[in-house]
Amino acid sequence: MRIDKDLVAAAATPLVLGILSDGDLYGYAILKRVGELSGGSMQWTDGMLYPLLHRLERLGYVSSSWGTSEAGRRRKHYAITPAGRAALADRQEQWAVVADALRQVWQTAQRPPAVAEGWA
Amino acid sequence: MELHAELEAHIDRWRGYVQRRQAISPADVEELEDHLREQVADLQATGLDDEEAFLVAIKRLGNLDAVSREFAREHSDRLWKQLVLVPEDSSDAAAPRRELAVVLALAVGAGLAVKAGLTWIGDGEVLARNLGLLVFPFLAAYFAWKRRLTGQVATALLVPFAALAVLLNVYPFAAGGSTEVLAALHAPVVLWLLAGVAYVGGRWRSDGRRMDFVRFTGELAIYYTLLALGGAVLVGLTFAVLQVVGADLEPVLEDWILPFAVPGALVVAAWLVEAKQNVVENIAPVLTRVFLPLTIVMLLAHLAVLTAAGGLVDVDRDLLILMDAILVLVLALLLYAISARDSLAPPGLFDVLQLVLVVAALAVDAVMLTAMLTRIAEFGFSPNKIAALGLNLLLLVHLVRAAWLTVGFLRRRRPFNDLERWQTRYLPVYGAWAAIVVVVFPVVFDFA
Repeated sequence: MRIDKDLVAAAATPLVLGILSDGDLYGYAILKRVGELSGGSMQWTDGMLYPLLHRLERLGYVSSSWGTSEAGRRRKHYAITPAGRAALADRQEQWAVVADALRQVWQTAQRPPAVAEGWA
Repeated sequence: MELHAELEAHIDRWRGYVQRRQAISPADVEELEDHLREQVADLQATGLDDEEAFLVAIKRLGNLDAVSREFAREHSDRLWKQLVLVPEDSSDAAAPRRELAVVLALAVGAGLAVKAGLTWIGDGEVLARNLGLLVFPFLAAYFAWKRRLTGQVATALLVPFAALAVLLNVYPFAAGGSTEVLAALHAPVVLWLLAGVAYVGGRWRSDGRRMDFVRFTGELAIYYTLLALGGAVLVGLTFAVLQVVGADLEPVLEDWILPFAVPGALVVAAWLVEAKQNVVENIAPVLTRVFLPLTIVMLLAHLAVLTAAGGLVDVDRDLLILMDAILVLVLALLLYAISARDSLAPPGLFDVLQLVLVVAALAVDAVMLTAMLTRIAEFGFSPNKIAALGLNLLLLVHLVRAAWLTVGFLRRRRPFNDLERWQTRYLPVYGAWAAIVVVVFPVVFDFA
């Protein structure tokens, strides 16, 4: 199953912040984690992650530092900041409300025949 | 990881593509490259070969245009090229700082020299003769430091400078005489060309380097004007504030601010032009394109006025001096139009316009020469007339040959390079003429 592009975009910020709240990571590792969490169905254009990370950094939600990879290349690591944790908690609440609303809609939608008959 | 030459070549080429995107900074390129290499390594681990792994990794990274647009949205400031004079986080930050210190020291030095001149020589004709001599060493010293001039070149600069300094001060100029004014006007031209020798690091025979000096001169004029405008605004505001509290800035302005700011700004402007080279687009060529057609219109109007005025003997001599200034300006315009042009591009509309400009300037020059010759026939020789006549003849030769070469280029008989070379080769002639006016004229005309 492929997840709709807009939905991926909307989920990107809380997903990245949530992954970083488990520990510091670099870009590629963040994407790998997204793939693992969604079973590969959340497809992302890899290059788009970096402008997003830079935006989060500008907003003060994450901080970055240059380190070295095991192969000796320079690598940029990202860490979540206290402001980022606050933003994540906020997003979490919002998503909980959305998810809850959706769940109720799905439950009513599971009995469509009765509704349809009523209107007919 | 073992060596994969093909893969490395692919990645190198990809890096080249990405680096050309203005919105993606070198640090971002590094970050993306790290990503790409990780992805490739993971794909190779699943059994893909180098080529396949690279193609898949590139595909996953996404369309470069879209990604770079996303970067641009986040970093819109990067689309404006930033001139970094003193980088903050570079490992060799000491070098630009040292340069800044040298520039500031030289700027203050130039200010001190002018201030000392004002104090000990006074502000009469003697200072006017020496002003260029006071400022030149500091500008030349900057280039000497920057280009690490050899002792030989430094001597080649010092000897004519010293000779000029001695002559200008030993000659017994008659008070208020025209040879003195002419010497004061022409000495800076000689000094400027000497500064050019320092600018090109002694390689003054190279046409390319000469053209660089022409470009430098134009950009310097623009940067100096900008600095002067900014300075004028600051001084004006200070004036207004001080006036409100009843203090008068004028003595301080005349005695301290101007003597330091005017020569100091020249050194600072030279440094700015040096630093911005390659980073920011040159402004002079852009202005040239705007003013080329306008100048043609102006010249044609002048021509109409001059011919309608009739009797050329009665033409006011101030007008002749003005027209000389205009012709020099036209020449500068021509030089910039040429310096900015891609010498391999085929002839275009602007080259035709350039020819029109040269022909219009020639016509004006011809009218002026006639006026001058009639004046000389009528009133006899004077240092002023000969100096003006000489300059006009030099301009005439310059323009005629430039027109001839432009026609050849437009008819695709000659490469543009011929026209370029003619400009740079001819430049020293003006310096030689200026030197003659400074050195020979006073003797010939008995210092009158």
